[in-house]
Amino acid sequence: MKRFTWFNAVSLTLGFAFLYIPMLILIIFSFNESKLVTVWAGFSTKWYAELLQNEAFLDAAWVTIKVAVLSSTAATVLGTMAAYVIVRGGRFYGRTLFSGMIYAPLVMPEVITGLSLLLLFIAIGLDRGVFTIVLAHTTFSMCYVSVVVSSRLVSFDRSVEEAALDLGCTPFEAFRLVTLPIIFPAVLSGWLLAFTLSLDDLVIASFTAGPSSTTLPIKIFSSVRLGVSPEINALSTIMIAIVAVGVISASLVSKRTIARQAREKREAVRA
Amino acid sequence: MRAGKSFLILVPYLWLLALFLVPFGIVFKISLSDTALAIPPYMPTLDFSAGWAGLRDFLSELDFENYVFLTQDDLYFKAYMSSLGIAIVSTLLTLLVGYPIAYGMANASERYRPMLMMLVILPFWTSFLIRVYAWMGILSNEGFLNQFLLWTGIISDPLVIMNTNKAVYIGIVYTYLPFMVLPIYATLEKLDGSLLEAAEDLGCGRIEAFWRVTVPLSRPGALAGSFLVFIPALGEFVIPSLLGGSSTLMIGKVLWEEFFSNRDWPVASAVAVVLLLILIIPIILFQRNQQAAQEADK
Amino acid sequence: MSEFEAHAPVEAPPSEDTAPIGPPAFAPWNDPDEKPLIQFRNVTKRFGDFTAIDDLTIDIYAKEFFALLGPSGCGKTTLMRMLAGFETPTEGDILLDGKNIVPVPPNKRPVNMMFQSYALFPHLTVAQNIAFGLERSKAPKEQVAARVDEMLKLVQLQKFGGRKPHQISGGQRQRVALARSLAKAPKLLLLDEPLGALDKKLRGETQFELMEIQEKTGTTFVIVTHDQEEAMTVASRIAVMDHGRMVQVDTPDRIYELPNSVYVADFIGDVNLIKGKAASHHKDGKVEIHWAEGAPPIVGTPMAPVADGTQCSFGIRPEKVHITKKLPEGKANIVRGKIVDIAYLGNISTYHVKLPTGEIIKAQTSNNRRIERRRFTWDDEVWLWWSETAGVVLTG
Repeated sequence: MKRFTWFNAVSLTLGFAFLYIPMLILIIFSFNESKLVTVWAGFSTKWYAELLQNEAFLDAAWVTIKVAVLSSTAATVLGTMAAYVIVRGGRFYGRTLFSGMIYAPLVMPEVITGLSLLLLFIAIGLDRGVFTIVLAHTTFSMCYVSVVVSSRLVSFDRSVEEAALDLGCTPFEAFRLVTLPIIFPAVLSGWLLAFTLSLDDLVIASFTAGPSSTTLPIKIFSSVRLGVSPEINALSTIMIAIVAVGVISASLVSKRTIARQAREKREAVRA
Repeated sequence: MRAGKSFLILVPYLWLLALFLVPFGIVFKISLSDTALAIPPYMPTLDFSAGWAGLRDFLSELDFENYVFLTQDDLYFKAYMSSLGIAIVSTLLTLLVGYPIAYGMANASERYRPMLMMLVILPFWTSFLIRVYAWMGILSNEGFLNQFLLWTGIISDPLVIMNTNKAVYIGIVYTYLPFMVLPIYATLEKLDGSLLEAAEDLGCGRIEAFWRVTVPLSRPGALAGSFLVFIPALGEFVIPSLLGGSSTLMIGKVLWEEFFSNRDWPVASAVAVVLLLILIIPIILFQRNQQAAQEADK
Repeated sequence: MSEFEAHAPVEAPPSEDTAPIGPPAFAPWNDPDEKPLIQFRNVTKRFGDFTAIDDLTIDIYAKEFFALLGPSGCGKTTLMRMLAGFETPTEGDILLDGKNIVPVPPNKRPVNMMFQSYALFPHLTVAQNIAFGLERSKAPKEQVAARVDEMLKLVQLQKFGGRKPHQISGGQRQRVALARSLAKAPKLLLLDEPLGALDKKLRGETQFELMEIQEKTGTTFVIVTHDQEEAMTVASRIAVMDHGRMVQVDTPDRIYELPNSVYVADFIGDVNLIKGKAASHHKDGKVEIHWAEGAPPIVGTPMAPVADGTQCSFGIRPEKVHITKKLPEGKANIVRGKIVDIAYLGNISTYHVKLPTGEIIKAQTSNNRRIERRRFTWDDEVWLWWSETAGVVLTG
C-alpha cells in the first residue's frame, strides 16, 4: 500500500525540517563567538565555560534534579498503586471520583494546578521550598504514570497472576514476583516520563517554589524574558544532548531486547 | 487481603483528595472572597475558634462579586475570547501541518516507521521552554527567518512576527505537533489497505478514495489530536508570554499577572474557575470521542 | 464402480475427451466459436527477484464460475489482483472482451472484487456500502436506491440496510460484501477467499447461495481459494496453480478423476501414490508398473503415453481400493498387508494398510449400517485390490 510516494516524501521532509531546524539553529549558535545570537562570528565554546561558572544556574540545576528524582520516584510508586486500583481494584466506594481525579490533572491547565496548590500550601501554612515543589510535581506526574502503567496492566493476561495465587503466593507476593516484573518496562517509562515532566515544568514550579528554591526552568524563563542569550543556547544544547542520548540509547536497548527475544524464539523453535 | 487492598486504594486516593480536590475547593472559596490588604491577601478567613457562628459569618461574607467584576471589566471577556480564538486557530493549523506528516508516516515502509515515530516523539522529551525559546531567535525582526527571506529576495522589509499572535500560533503548532501527529498516525496505521482498494474497485479515483474513506476513518484520531492541542493551548502561559506581544491576550497570562503582579488572589481564582468551566465542554467532548473510538475498536 | 472407470482414455489428451462424462450443459471452453471474456496472454509478474506469475496463458468464458486453487504463494491472489487492476503484469496482456485492460486503472474497470476481509466501510451503513459504487458512477438517486433495494433482497438483508457493519454477524457481512461488489453489475466478479472467515457449517450453506446468485445474475465469477472442497463444490472449472503456473485447468470431476500430475492428484483429495517403472504395454493402452522387487506389477491407465522404463507414479484414491479378509479371486491388482491405523470419520472409515515392502496404502469403506460391528481391526492381515481402470499412471 504505497500511495502518493512523492507527496509522502515531501510532507515528511518538510515536517521533520520544521521540527528539527529550530533546535539545530539553537545548537549551532551556542558555539558562536559573538554575543549577538543571530550573527555568526566564529566557533567558540566560551559560553559553555561561562555557564559552568554561573553559580545561579548550577544551583538551580541541582534543585531541579533533586526535585525531579524525588517527585518522579514518589509519583511512580503512587501512580503504579493508582493504576493497579483502577485496573484490578474492582468496585469500591468513590471509584468514579477516584478515576476522575486521576484523569483530570492530565487536561488541567498548569496555571490552575499551580494556583490551587499554592493556595493550599498557604492555607495550611506550609513554607514553600523544595518540599512543596516535590509535592506538586508528584501530584500531577503520578497521573501520567498511572495512565502509562494501567495501559500495560490492561493488556496483560490476568491468569498469570491467578496462577501465582494458585501456587501459594500471597497477593503481595504475586504482585512483587509476577506482576511487577511483567509491568516493569511500563513502570520504568512512567518514571522517565515523570522525571522529564518535572525537569520541564515552569508554571507549577513558579507557583509552588519559594525564594530559595529556584528551579532551572524558572531561572531560564526569567533570563529568556529579557531576550535571546548565547548562554541559554549553551544550556539548551546540553539539555537537548542529554535527552537525545537518553531517548536514542533507550530505543536502541529496547530494539536490541526485541531482537534478542526474536532470536531466542527462533532458537527455541529450532530446538 | 482486605487490609492490603484498602491500603492500596487509600494512599493514592487520599493523596489526590488532599493535593488535587481540596486545593480546588480552596480556589473556589477564595474566588468568592474579597481582596484585602493582608496576609493572606483576601477576606474573610475561616476562624475555627468561633465555632458554628464563625462558620456562619464566614459563609455569609462569601459572594459572587469577583465573577460580577469579571463581566464588568471587558479585559477578561476579551482575554477569554482571544484565548479561544488563538486556541482554535492554532489547533486548525496544527491539524493542517500534522495530518500530512502522520499520513506520510503511515504510508512509509514498515522498516522506517519506528524511526519516524521516535523522531516525532523526541522533541516531546526535550524541554518545552527550550523549544519555545528556539523560536525567539528565529522570529525576531533580525532573526533567522527574516535574514533568510531577505537573502532570497522574497521580501524587502523584515516581517514583524515576533511579539504578535502569529508568533504564538507558530509556537503552539511547533510545541504541540507530536500530540496531533501521534493519534492521527495511530488511526491511519490501523486503516485496512483493502478498504482503499475496495473504494478504487468501486470506481473511486485515488483522491476521491482519500476523501471518502481515509478522511472519515481517521476522524477519531484527528479529533483526539485536536482536543489534545486545543485543551492545553487554551490555558497556555509560556508561549504567549515569550513569543506573544503586549497585545496578545491569553487567559493563562492574565491569571498569572493577576496573581503575581496585581496580587489579586480572589480575582485570579475567579478567572481560574471560569477557565475551568469553559474547559469542561471540550474535555467532555474529548472523553466521548475517546469512548466512541474505543467501542469502534471492539 | 463409477462410470469413469468404464472408460480408459487411450493416448488422447484429456481436454478433448469429454464424451464419457456426458455432454455437460455448460462448457463454452469446448466450443471453438465461443469468444472468451478474459484472456491472459503470456502474462508474467515479478516482484523483484520473485516470479509470482510465470508466462501464463488462459481463457475464461462468460458466465463461468472459475476457481483458482492452490497453496498460499502459488500466485492465485496475484492473478486476481491483476484482473482487478491492483497489480500490473511485468510482461504480457490481459484482455477483457478482446480489449487490453492492463493500462486501465481499477476504478475504470467493469470488474469488481469481493475482498477477503470484506473491506466494508465501517463508517457507512450497509445500504450506503452497497450504494458506494453506484454513486461513483453518477447514477440518479432513485436508480441507486432501487438497485440497493434489489441487492439487499438478493442477499436477503432487507431489514439490515440501516445497520453499520459492526452491528451485523460475520455471515451477514459476507453477504453485504457480495451485494456491494455485485451492485454495479460488473462483467466479472472476483472473489478472494470469500468464505474463508466463516465457520464450516455456514461455509457449506453459503457455497450454494453463491452458486445460486451466480446463476441468477449471470455474472462471471472468478474465485480464489485454497480450500479444494469449496472449489469442487462451486466451480465450473478449476485451475490448479503452483509456483506461478497453471498445472491443470479442468472441470472438478476431471481434476479429481483424471489429474495430470502427481501435484494435482496429491493436492485435490486423498491419494495413494506408488512409485515404479513403466513396462509391457497392453494392447488397450494399459501399462504395467514394477514397483517392488518380487511383487506382481500394478496395472494402470496412463494419462499420457509412457515409454518403457520411465519412472512414474501410480495414483489411486482410497475409496477405489477394496479391502477384504479373503483372497479376492480373478482381480487384477491384489496386495496383502496389515492394518496399522484406522480413522473412523462417521460416514466413512479409512484403513492404513502396511505392505511387506513398507508402503502404506489407504483404503476407504463407507459405513452404510449404523453401529456396525467392525469388520477389521488393528493388526488384521487383509487383502487390498483395485480394478485396472481405477487408478492413473502419472509421470509429472
